[in-house]
Formats: sequence, structure tokens, C-alpha cells
Amino acid sequence: MKKIDTLEMKGISKSFQGVFANRGIDLQVKSGEILGLLGENGAGKTTLMNILYGLYQPDGGEILINKKPVKITSPTESIAHGIGMVHQHFMLVQNHSVIENIALGYKHTPFFFPKIRIREQVVAFSKKFNFSIDPAKKVWQLSAGEQQRVEIIKALLNGADLLILDEPTSVLTPQEIEELFRILKDMKAQGHMVILISHKLDEIMDVCDRVTVLQKGKIVGNADTEGMNKQSLARMMIGRDVLFNVHREKIPRGKKVLSVETLNVLGDKGLPSVKDVSFDIHASEIFGVAGVAGNGQRELAEAITGIRRVSSGRVFSQGVNITNMSPRRIYDSGVSHVPEERIKFGIAPGLYLYDNAILKQHHLKKFSRKMFLEYGRIKNHTSTLVEDYRVATPSIDVEIKNLSGGNIQKLILGREISEAPALLVASHPTYGLDVGATEYLREQLLKRRKEGGAVLLFSEDLEEIFELCDRIAVMFQGEFTGILDSADDKRAADIGLMMAGSLRF
Amino acid sequence: MDDVMISVLQRTMVAGTPLLLGTVGEVICERSGILNLGVEGVMSLGAVVAFIVTYTTGNPWFGLMAAIGAGMVISLIHAFASVTLQANQVVSGLALTMIGLGLSGMLGKPYVGRPLAEKMNDVAIPWLCDIPVVGAVFFRQTPFFYMAVLLALVAWFFLERTRLGIKVRSTGEHPRAAETQGVNVTLIRYACVMIGGGFSAMAGAHLSTSYSKSWIEGMTAGRGWIVIALTIFALWNPGKAIGGAFLFGGIFVLQYLLQPLGISPNFLAMLPYGATLLILIIIGLGDQRKLSAPAQLGEPYKRGER
Repeated sequence: MKKIDTLEMKGISKSFQGVFANRGIDLQVKSGEILGLLGENGAGKTTLMNILYGLYQPDGGEILINKKPVKITSPTESIAHGIGMVHQHFMLVQNHSVIENIALGYKHTPFFFPKIRIREQVVAFSKKFNFSIDPAKKVWQLSAGEQQRVEIIKALLNGADLLILDEPTSVLTPQEIEELFRILKDMKAQGHMVILISHKLDEIMDVCDRVTVLQKGKIVGNADTEGMNKQSLARMMIGRDVLFNVHREKIPRGKKVLSVETLNVLGDKGLPSVKDVSFDIHASEIFGVAGVAGNGQRELAEAITGIRRVSSGRVFSQGVNITNMSPRRIYDSGVSHVPEERIKFGIAPGLYLYDNAILKQHHLKKFSRKMFLEYGRIKNHTSTLVEDYRVATPSIDVEIKNLSGGNIQKLILGREISEAPALLVASHPTYGLDVGATEYLREQLLKRRKEGGAVLLFSEDLEEIFELCDRIAVMFQGEFTGILDSADDKRAADIGLMMAGSLRF
Repeated sequence: MDDVMISVLQRTMVAGTPLLLGTVGEVICERSGILNLGVEGVMSLGAVVAFIVTYTTGNPWFGLMAAIGAGMVISLIHAFASVTLQANQVVSGLALTMIGLGLSGMLGKPYVGRPLAEKMNDVAIPWLCDIPVVGAVFFRQTPFFYMAVLLALVAWFFLERTRLGIKVRSTGEHPRAAETQGVNVTLIRYACVMIGGGFSAMAGAHLSTSYSKSWIEGMTAGRGWIVIALTIFALWNPGKAIGGAFLFGGIFVLQYLLQPLGISPNFLAMLPYGATLLILIIIGLGDQRKLSAPAQLGEPYKRGER
């Protein structure tokens, strides 16, 4: 029996530390429908869904299921109402097995011997959706796609009629995304309703029937996806037209800034991750490294910036050997770094904005005198950065973790390029960011190039690589399968084959 | 086998009993994500309460019940501070030790040096106690010994083979995930801290009503700290805690035994901690995942925070 035919949220508001995340949101969804919830980072999509799932309490507004008002004060109640949610960061216990994770929340888990007794059911249920997962495996042994499937099983087993998916594709490979969309369409055919949170326009166009667009916590648009296109959606989302093709002017490249000679680096498991990689980067050049994640890009970036040991080979920054120097000395030699996983490696989340604005630079004369920090100057500098790099924040006296991903990244980029480093190493700088922030960050990278800086860009987004880079290296299993000139259309078409390792130059 | 050997083994079991009780409680508590450094204090309070109640009523079972109750109640302080107030668990746990030690000293002052008329008597298990050696070592023991081993097995079964056990473990590993699956993290953590307190107090009751039949300030003699080490040594597994507790109990007995041979008791007293460090180093060098400390151990959980 179905528990939800229609669901409505009316006038929902919620604020965190005085910052509005949601303001007067109205939203409807009905059976057999896939609703896209589109918006930039920090637009309040996740907050809204966490309210629906009972994780947060709204400051105002009401939720109606089958036209009757309901109060949802905990996930238990939400589950009882037939709502399931797959969070962006999976809510799985990594050290537990698949079956233990499912047993945790499954309504019919028996008290004694839960693992053995629900196993059959879980296996049979997964077959219905063509999943194949070993229930005895620990979650940390699974790929991101498999973990997501465990999350979906968890929700569906509890009889979820409404499934909320928060940025489900951000961790998946293209094949896994296709697989997920197939599942969603199956669910739709069986009468389930789905709310898909995303900031990727293609996805919304692909699978959603309707789309609701959020901006700064408010609804700015509601439409059937039929009759919409990417441009009109994007306009709705950021309130103006987006430059999908950033114009890159021709600039003659300058002197050599970085040179890497037969570099070898070991990965976390002690196996070679970067094998005999050599390349040079010149001033006024953006050098891109493309490839599927996990082919040694992270290790290469870390070795150049001094976070990881180089096992053999050499790295020169403007003629100076910086191989295996400390990250700080490498930074001082003119190599700055926008790391991947910005929250983990780019900032100290619990510190204030102005503390984060001078990480790695606190020792510079302009920010400190002897052993004391010069907070007056630091705060002035921070205000300048916030203004110059359009960081949206209520003030510089807030903990940086309260900012959205896009604004955090703008501050990190500002911090790293305001000193005009000879080389900027940028790892997936726009990963997970919305269209507006992405566009802005890309413009900044091009500006850096125009000013005579060099950029080493790691990205999985081919569109981004082609838009920005002068030369592109493709990385596969720790090796460069080739370095292309991005203006060379003929060879650029081969990039897909090179990423798969079946073509080399 | 000669009588000395049997007697040493028997005393090893006796010495290991309070360690096992305390460790089982601490394992349950830590598996839910709360580090409780108050074991020493709660154990001491358990000892004095059990003594006073046994002394007054003449029934050691009443003493045991009262001790468990007192241990659970005083542990509420730690639960309130670490779960509700999200305070630093190390500070709060140390405070609990101080309170427990102080309170027990104060309550026990009039009873120092008085002997107990009624104590927890040894119980011989029929048939089994007649097995040579084994019978004497394992089946002519105090009820505390049987309870400790049984409770350890029950705790293992509870954690590994019941639904509630999965909830407790998930709460310690990933409280947010547990909550999204409808687990009441606050309730589970309160309950586990209190259960841990009950076990610690039981260990104290063993000391005052069975092991020494008297009360003196400081009689827990650092056993609470050994329990903390033992919890790590047993890799948060109540089953492994059985072996660990009696191994450490053996070291306790050896302290007295080896003294005449010129081996310093201080050196032996250090061994449990040394052994724990050694285990940590050995496993740490190999597969870190086997260390399996609950991922969110000691981390306060804030509901509705982003």
C-alpha cells in the first residue's frame, strides 16, 4: 500500500546562526514524478530536504502529506511516513558490513541474529532492482556506486514511496550515473516519487519531469523540464546568462616555471602511483592533467607541492630544485596550491574567516611581528580578499565552516593567488561547485594566466580542461599517455581513448 | 600439578574478576562512542557502597545491588556532561574519578578497618568442581567470577548478534548515520554510560565484599586505569576481554609472588600498561583497521548541526 500520493511543503523557513538557509519555500511532488531541485551551492536545497527528513526543525511553515498536515521531528517519523533519503555524504558505517548497515534501520530486523535472518530478504530485494552486492562485505571495501546502491536499498526496504537523493551523481563514474538513472526511471514506473537535488543542468534535463529552482534560500522558478533547455534553466538558476564557453585569448608562453623530471611517487598503499612523469610548464600557460580519478593525479599534485615524498626524479621551480622540500619552502619558492577536498585540506573549518585567509602566509612579515600575529593587518587583508574574490559572507568574524562550498573555494583561491605565485597547482578547483561559482573560478584562472602566472590544473571535467588549458596531459595508471596541444582538434578527439589507456603518443 | 600452581591460578582468576567486570562495562560504553575515564572513581564508590550496605544489612547481595545502583546514578554526571552538554569527555571522566574517590573516602571513613561479618561466599559448581585442577581453578569461585565471565559473553552476544547491538556500535562509529536510521543517539549513549557505571561499581563490590572483606580508602589501587588500558588491549571486544583480564590478573598475582626473587613489584605493576602499548604498536604497524577503535569515540555529537 502506498503511503504518499502527494507531498507539499508550505512556507518553510529555516536559519542557521542568523543566516537564512530557507525562506518561505513552497514545493509539491506527486506519485510517479521525478522532481529536480536545482540551485547553486548554498541555495538551501540540502537544508530543505533535511527538514523534510526530520533532521532539522523548520522555524516556520508546514508539511502536508496527502493534503493532511504532519509534523516530522525525527528521521524515524519521516521513515514511517514513507520518506527515504540518500545523503550526499553517505550515511553508512564504514567499518560495518553491508548487512549490518541495512539491519540498523530496517523495520523488520529481528532482535536476535539480525544479520543471518534478514540476509535472504535483502538479497532477494536487491535482485528486484538488479543490484548485486555481497552483504558480508565491509562498506569501506565498496566503490562509491555500490555504497550508493546500499543506501537506496536501505530506503526502499523501509517502504519509501518518496526517495530524496542529494547530489547523487557527484561521486559516480559515467557508467554508474547511467545505471542510477535507469533505477530511478524504474522506480518512477512503479509509482514512487523522487526528489533529485542537483546543480548539474544535464541531469535535471535527463531524468526530471519537473524542476524547482532555488536561489539564496528562495524559490525563483518552477517549470516542466519539457520545453526547457540548458540555457533557460541556467538563467533561472543564477538569474542571468552563463558563459558556457569562456573565451581564451592567445598569449605567447613565457619562460619555464616548473619542470618535472622522471618523477616517481608511491601511493598510500606503497605501490607506485606516478611513474616516470616528465613535463615543463611555462609562464602564461595553463597546463591541464586529465584522466579518470585515481590514476595518480592526486599523488602527482601532492609530490609537487611537498605533501608527499618523491621516491625518485626531480622537480624544479624556476630553476631551483624543490624536490622533497617542505610544503612551506615550496610555497615560498612560488608554488601555491588549491588542494582537492577543500574542507579537509584547504581550510581549518572551526577557525574564523580571517584565520583561514592567511594559512601558509602567517609567517610573512606583513602578517606577523616576531612571534605575534598582526590581527589588524590580517583583518584588512581578509576584507580585501572577500571583496576582490566576491566571497559571500555575513562578516569576516564567522567560522569558515558556515560558508557554502563555493564561497570557501573562492576564499582559498584568493588566498593562494593574491600573492601572485609563479605557479598555481589547482586540484579539481570547481568540483562540486555550482555554475556561478565555477564560471567565476575559471575566469580567475584565466586572469592569472594573462597576468603571466602558470597554472597546473587537475580536473576530471573535460569541458573545463578544453576551455582553460593550453596543453593537456592525459594520465593513466600513473603515466602520461600523451601531452596534447588543446588547439590541435584532430588529436584532441583521441583524449577519451588516451584516458582509457588504449592510445599513447 | 602441585598445589602452589593451582593456588596461583585460582588467585589469578580472583584478581582478574574485577578487571573483567570493569572492562566489559567500559567496552559497552566506548562502543557507543563515549570515553569514560571515571572507572576508578565509580569502582571505588561501588566498593564503599557495597561494604556499607552489606555491613548494615548483613546481606552481600543487597550490597551488590546498592553498589550497581550507585554506580549507574553517579555515571549520570558523565553522561549529562558528555552527551547533553557535549563537554570534553576526558575532562568530565577525570572529574568523575575525582568525585568518586572523594565521595567514597568520605562515606567510608567510619567503616575503615571494620571486618565484614557476612561476605560473598565461594560457590562450588556441582560435578564440575570435582574435575582435577580445572575444578579447583574455575569452579570453586565467588559468584562474581561466574557473573563476570557470563556477562562478558552476554555482552559479546549483545553487541555482535542483536539488533540493539548494531545500534550501539553504529552510534559509536557514525552517530549521524545512526540517527538518520531512526536511532535515538542520546538515549543509547546515556544507557551505555550508565551500564558501564554499573559494571564498574560491581567490580568495586567484588573488592570490598569478596576479595578483601573490608574497606580502606584507595583499595581500588589503580584497577580502574588498568580497565581503560584493557579495553584497548581487548580491541573493544568483550570476548577478548576475558583473556586479557585474566592475563592482567595473573600479572597482579605475580607482583607478590616474584617479590622474594628480587623482581620489583613496581615493574610488574607497570606491565599491563606496557603490554597495552605493545599491542597498539604491533597492530598499528600492521593493518590499522584491526585496531577498530569506534570511529567517533570521544567526539560529542550535535544534533541538527551542519
